Amino acid sequence: MALHSTVTQGKIQYRYKDDNLETSEPNKFRVGDLRSEEMIINIGPQHPSTHGVLRLEVISDGEVIKDLVPHIGYLHRCFEKHAESLPYNQVIPFVDRMDYVASMNSEHAYAMGVEKMLGITGLPKRVEYIRVLVAELNRIASHLIAIGTYGLDLGAFTPMFWAMRDREHILRMLEWTCGARLLYNYIWVGGLYYDIPVGFEEKCSEFVTYFRPKLKELEELLIDNKIFIDRTANVGVLPLDLAINCGATGPMLRGSGLRVDLRRTDAYSVYPELDFDIPIGEGKMGTVGDCWDRTWVRVREITESLKIIEQCVVKLNGEHKRTRDFDPQALVPKKIRPAAQDLYVRAENPKGELGFFFRADGRSDIPFRCKARSCCFVNLSILPELSKGVLIADLIAIVGSLDIVLGEVDR
Amino acid sequence: MSDIQANNQSKVSVPVTPEDPTTFAYKESFGNSGLIITNIDNLFNWSRLSSLFPMTFGIACCAIEFMSTGTAPYDMDRLGMVPRATPRQSDVMIVAGTVTFKMADRIRRLYEQMAEPRYVISMGSCSNCGGPYWQHGYHVVKGVDRIIPVDIYVPGCPPRPEALIGGIIKLHEKISSESLLKADS
Amino acid sequence: MQPADFLRIISVTDAGAAVVSNSTPPAITVSVNKLVEICRGLHANAETYFDQLSCVTGIDNGVEAKTMEVIYHLYSIPYNFSVALKVVLPREQPVVPTLSSVWKSANWLERETFDMYGIIFEGHPDLRRILMPADWEGYPLRKDYSEQEKYREIQVKY
Repeated sequence: MALHSTVTQGKIQYRYKDDNLETSEPNKFRVGDLRSEEMIINIGPQHPSTHGVLRLEVISDGEVIKDLVPHIGYLHRCFEKHAESLPYNQVIPFVDRMDYVASMNSEHAYAMGVEKMLGITGLPKRVEYIRVLVAELNRIASHLIAIGTYGLDLGAFTPMFWAMRDREHILRMLEWTCGARLLYNYIWVGGLYYDIPVGFEEKCSEFVTYFRPKLKELEELLIDNKIFIDRTANVGVLPLDLAINCGATGPMLRGSGLRVDLRRTDAYSVYPELDFDIPIGEGKMGTVGDCWDRTWVRVREITESLKIIEQCVVKLNGEHKRTRDFDPQALVPKKIRPAAQDLYVRAENPKGELGFFFRADGRSDIPFRCKARSCCFVNLSILPELSKGVLIADLIAIVGSLDIVLGEVDR
Repeated sequence: MSDIQANNQSKVSVPVTPEDPTTFAYKESFGNSGLIITNIDNLFNWSRLSSLFPMTFGIACCAIEFMSTGTAPYDMDRLGMVPRATPRQSDVMIVAGTVTFKMADRIRRLYEQMAEPRYVISMGSCSNCGGPYWQHGYHVVKGVDRIIPVDIYVPGCPPRPEALIGGIIKLHEKISSESLLKADS
Repeated sequence: MQPADFLRIISVTDAGAAVVSNSTPPAITVSVNKLVEICRGLHANAETYFDQLSCVTGIDNGVEAKTMEVIYHLYSIPYNFSVALKVVLPREQPVVPTLSSVWKSANWLERETFDMYGIIFEGHPDLRRILMPADWEGYPLRKDYSEQEKYREIQVKY
């Protein structure tokens, strides 16, 4: 056999032992606990259909699931320890990397929190409108990934390619703004890193005109497809009282029929001045709160985000036009040292309520405690309740409809 | 709108030289007569590098860029790479994302399950050296090369799809310099 | 509702409750043994209807201060207000009763607090580590935490 050389910087330090897998993440159930017809199936961290490194321990009687234990932590990257060791503004790249498909929304929540602590009000309206514009673009990108990969899980290859093609246009625009395709470090405490480039508003309008018919095509291909409906309607029904008690937020809660959106209830940033609807699941193809409803809510939210983008572009071309002396970093503080306080701030991520709890001790520019309340973590904890008595193929449909990103689950 | 369309149609051109064993110049010298003369090294290397099946092993943010590389406009399929879900059928493992200690055992197991000849591309700075988490990340392995041997390192956070394709082409060059008889230094 | 109104409702069950200054949303310190009763009351009370537990945070005040805290953020969807409940615990033996009988979201949130701080939640149906490996030594977010030397023979530090 051909011998090939490998170039390794450090030497391999890993030492193998037989029980390594069992001791690092033991199963909750032992084979002795089960009845004779049940078996433990492991849907392991490496799997084409779990959206990242999620491990599901499934106790099943043939194809029917009796119990389900999710195991997480395979992507725990110690965000909270970094937040306790770095100054407030240097934590923003780590906030990006939590929910890596919707970084702008995460940065927006964090920056709003630190600004509240410092008492910075009255940011220039142009800054606020740009923040909302890029956040909504990122919301569309996140929902496109959710819908595309959901179709891929269920066996539909084409919607994935269509969704990624359209997402490329959004990523090119965001790269034009701040230099990075995926992890931006753009929304800073007190402003933005750069202003948007000249011609960006026109490109946004072009994108909206280009994308509306493509979204309609995607809907007709996937969402109104008979096979998709058969696989997702009446599957994974989440009753509203269970959703509220389990802390579900975002499209999971709205898919169960409750019209709650933090952009309206908390009325942060410039959302009160914008006109958009909040879609909820109505059980059109099955029961209220099934997988089809949640996906349909996401598709409708893309339409609403396009409306918001159009309104922002009008404002950015009109009253809040760019001027020669506009500096997006005008209110960015040189030293961030908030007074001693506790603060909990939250914002509407594409996946739900992303909250940050800060404790500042008033003496240093490093947070004493910064906790990220992650929407995907709480949404994922509902999975065992949803999957009692379903088939394994339905389990894949349910996991896909939760729209989890493991970077945020594990932080 | 015009440059959106232009970008959709952009092509990558690869230089073709008669001495380059990774291209089909041999056919031209025999006038399509159906006869190719080559040596076993070139034949094996060419067949290996032209259809590297990557294992779908996305861990974190780099996995999203890996997915983008597989779809338009950065298509990986034109390089012969079709993602396979199982390590038994794949040739190259693209470790895309942060490797944590909990995941370390699983990565080793997946690497051992791959059949030789197998290659590893470490994509992104987290799997190269621990990335932005090197200083305070207690649960992050500072580089996947502490667990498995790595062939190609692709820097970036996350690397652009073009960078990943550049890394794959570097792997092609590395494979085309292998030999059955000589052990490389 | 003002912090004084929340204090009035909570003081019926726990006379020693006090409002914390400098907190957004308003925070009330409660005692550990009245916690579950207070939460059940707030969940069912017609004036408050706190139907969601948004966040459970553990805080380690350091080795000198010798206390740890757990802060619960509650949110009421019908009335659209939030409140925070703060519990102060001794650092050597941090024990708190679990809230998973009132809100199901407490299950995983408390497991995460246990994993990071070592705070024991009495009565929890399934208290195991959730983010770290099961054989990891130490509780990472404590202020006096130092990483172990090696895990699986791989060096932990850079």
